[in-house]
Amino acid sequence: MTEPAQDSYQDGNALAGPLREIFAVDVTAAGGQCVHCGLTGPVASLRVYGHAPGLVARCPGCDEVVLRLVRGPESAWLDLRGTVSLRIPLPAQGVPDGSEAGPA
Amino acid sequence: MGFISRGFHGRPRDEGVKLPPGQYLVHDFPVLSAGPTPRVPLDRWEFAIDTEDGRTHRWSWRELMALPSETPTVDLHCVTKWSKLGTAWKGVSLDTLFADVESSAEYALVYSYGGYTTNLPVEDLLDGKAWIVYEFDGEELAAAHGGPARLLVPHLYLWKSAKWVQGIRLLNEDWPGFWETAGYHNYGDPWREQRYQGD
Ligand SMILES: [Zn+2]
Repeated sequence: MTEPAQDSYQDGNALAGPLREIFAVDVTAAGGQCVHCGLTGPVASLRVYGHAPGLVARCPGCDEVVLRLVRGPESAWLDLRGTVSLRIPLPAQGVPDGSEAGPA
Repeated sequence: MGFISRGFHGRPRDEGVKLPPGQYLVHDFPVLSAGPTPRVPLDRWEFAIDTEDGRTHRWSWRELMALPSETPTVDLHCVTKWSKLGTAWKGVSLDTLFADVESSAEYALVYSYGGYTTNLPVEDLLDGKAWIVYEFDGEELAAAHGGPARLLVPHLYLWKSAKWVQGIRLLNEDWPGFWETAGYHNYGDPWREQRYQGD
């Protein structure tokens, strides 16, 4: 048996498609903080191990698990317990864009 | 030298093979991994069984090698749907390791170097159903496949056969492991196709 030269993972952009199925926004652009070491960075900077029964996204600073996503035939399971919080960029709220009727 | 894999068309000996529902046959040995591959030097390697009342039984690598070994040939069924038949291993039966362990716990949480965990009933580890294996196909077990040693419990889906095994914690209450807390079935019997929670 030969061993791979290095561990096989992709960057966090590999989460974009699977997470788009669940969230209305692109979560890979969100900023997150690792529970284990406190490192902050975009979800896209995580290390995603996908040769597994699910997607396992690990912190690039400490290798601990930040996010897990399992896609079954009828459900998805999302585990964010390794994430302190996600800061998700959204369009500014309450700014009239002219597409809706103004106040009466 | 043929460049066309015979696997594309199946081999005559594949015919008549009965696989668990939803599985297909492979002839290579796919490597699945949920994280970096741990590298554990043998002089620091240790295997432990922790009982429910706080006692720990430990084996160094040298002590494991000194125990009587067995050479099970078993079929593997991965929850990602591949099955590999007739795999040849060498290792120590869990019956041997449990011989001097006093416990009435019903549940086991297997833990690995690198942080992986998986749970199963203690009875699924005993009576010739599980081994700590350190050789595959006559060679020392490669790190990619869980070396220096992994659990082998082939009657359950392969995620239960924890790679890089470090120990077994005996518990009075069931404590779901890494995949069991993320949607996968708590028991994982391939013949009943217990892939996901609720299957
Ligand atoms: Zn971290």
